[in-house]
Amino acid sequence: MDLACTPEEEDFRARLREWLAQALPSLPPKPSSDDWPGRRAYDLGWQRMLYDAGYAGLHWPVDAGGRGATPTQHLIYLEETEKAGAPYVGANFVGLLHAGPTIASEGSAEQRARWLPPVLRGEEVWCQGFSEPGAGSDLAALRTRAWRHGDDYVVSGSKIWTSHAEVADWCELLVRTDPTAPKHRGISWLAMPMDAPGITVRPLRTLAGSAEFAEVFLDEVRIPVAHRVGAENDGWRVTMVTLSYERGTAFVGEVVACRRVLGELAREARKNGRWDDAVLRRRLGRLNAEFRALWRLTQWNVSAAQRTGGVPGAGGSVFKLRYSHARQELYDAAAELLGPEALDLGRDWTLDRLSSLSYTIAAGTSQIQRNIVAERILGLPKGR
Amino acid sequence: MDFQLTDDQEALKAGVRELLTARFGHAELRAAADGGPPALDRALWRELGEAGFFALRLPEADGGVGLGLPEAVLAFEEAGRVLLPGPLIATHLAAGVVDGAATGEAVVAAVDGVHVEWLDQADAVRGDAAGAQPLRSVDPLTPLHRVPAAGVPLEADPEAVLLTSLLTAAEQLGGAARTCELAVQHARARKQFGQPIGAFQAVQHLCARMLVRVEVARAAVYAAAVTADPADVAAARLLADEAAVRGARDCLQVHGGMGFTWESDVHLHLKRAWIRTQRAGGTTECEEMLADDLLAGAG
Repeated sequence: MDLACTPEEEDFRARLREWLAQALPSLPPKPSSDDWPGRRAYDLGWQRMLYDAGYAGLHWPVDAGGRGATPTQHLIYLEETEKAGAPYVGANFVGLLHAGPTIASEGSAEQRARWLPPVLRGEEVWCQGFSEPGAGSDLAALRTRAWRHGDDYVVSGSKIWTSHAEVADWCELLVRTDPTAPKHRGISWLAMPMDAPGITVRPLRTLAGSAEFAEVFLDEVRIPVAHRVGAENDGWRVTMVTLSYERGTAFVGEVVACRRVLGELAREARKNGRWDDAVLRRRLGRLNAEFRALWRLTQWNVSAAQRTGGVPGAGGSVFKLRYSHARQELYDAAAELLGPEALDLGRDWTLDRLSSLSYTIAAGTSQIQRNIVAERILGLPKGR
Repeated sequence: MDFQLTDDQEALKAGVRELLTARFGHAELRAAADGGPPALDRALWRELGEAGFFALRLPEADGGVGLGLPEAVLAFEEAGRVLLPGPLIATHLAAGVVDGAATGEAVVAAVDGVHVEWLDQADAVRGDAAGAQPLRSVDPLTPLHRVPAAGVPLEADPEAVLLTSLLTAAEQLGGAARTCELAVQHARARKQFGQPIGAFQAVQHLCARMLVRVEVARAAVYAAAVTADPADVAAARLLADEAAVRGARDCLQVHGGMGFTWESDVHLHLKRAWIRTQRAGGTTECEEMLADDLLAGAG
């Protein structure tokens, strides 16, 4: 057991820090959260800077245009960029963390050449067409249907909670290609151009009041069969190849950010006198234990992945379960600290408190994650 | 960075588990718990000494094994799993200080806060146990005395408090992992309403919560063993205490009526977990320490 980085890893960290220090001041001002075209331009501009500096697709395999970095280097990257206050991956999230790795792993040579470079260069944005009104955490219940007509699939149905849909160029779309097959089979993975006729995007307001995601209606949208990644009816397996990322290292930067916020809460408490409240003080102390442990669990999972050369498996569910609840507890503690001001939407912590409510729901609810832990890790019999 | 067990550490853990399963299995545990006033198995104590349990961190030049805190934590995790009785931590910390401790010839107790575990069976006591009065201990396998005076030596020795807290966390981790296994075994085997109770989501979720607590505690405890940083140790202790106590309670719940009987081992885990939470570096101190740590900016 060793938590120290190798000299090579420390060298990587030092060079990254140096680059961040000179690159970040040249970033344009951050657009407002409602300005989607502005956010797209900002996020893609950042991606282009990463690309030019050789940091694009750090964890992608080299033959997919990535850097083939070790999981530890990726961890260092996420830690250092967060500490330096660099932008989040933002609008490029699906492309870099979902669609890209999926195409890299399952796509043909033509598909890789067509879709991967624009993601890395920050030229094209992807969104995720998985969830449906009737298929959220029960993803295999999806009903959006694709019929084959010659060289095209004709797709009708609807998707929901689709982040970045308004500004996306492509959508990684899960469709049902065989309605008679058992629900996990009969699904295919398609790359859908967002400018195809028959697509209607309608922004959805979240409980935080902002339009963070959208409904996408599909009315006989034609998608070339050549845009299918993986075999027909094999989309579930294709999807599972990359979903584990979301439950594994996708939250690394956020854990670092939560630890920073916790330190800010403590300093705020000392300023406003609440530090003398032993109950609140001890609550913050316990949250410190929580986020320290989540950071250690991240290092543990990353080291495990590095040893096996694989991606985080069902163990990512353990992390996601604990983290999503800890994040909510963090902002509940912030609200207690703020007192009456916690009702003011002008406070960042108030907005963060609202958005933290999605964490126990998105990417598989806590209840689904517990089923996964019980059945796949603990080997309990399958529930009804 | 390679934050996983090395091959040597895996082998050490497996070796300790093998020794303890052979020498202190279910039958021995029950015999000890059901056999009247607790008495230490001196032969087992010496075997632990021969195996290097107490001298694990003592330098080889002083007749020890010369290993570090991570190895000690792995050994104590295994001891926690099987509910191995005796003042294990006090004797381990006395190796090289009290004659016979390193080899298991001597049983060493320590005054820890207001309690001393195993005072009557000890050959040596660290700290001032004058006027100590026996309690009717909640745990049948941990006799306790209460020490009247304040100003306890252990608290004056930050290093001893730190190590006691970390090794306690390691024992709690072992206990928590064991109760999770016991709950899962029972949930697979026990049938109600025509199927194993482990197929019911309510039971599945209890077990899943247990595993999450164990895995989070494990990462914290192992990391604290590597860094020996006081804030890491405090975090490890808080999460391991939580994993052990709540894990034993959830395990009892999964066992239903059987879990409430003396015949089930579950209560032994819960009672031991409670005893361990009272040791030096407990909940309040850890939370206060980690709160201060936030202001120190290290958060």
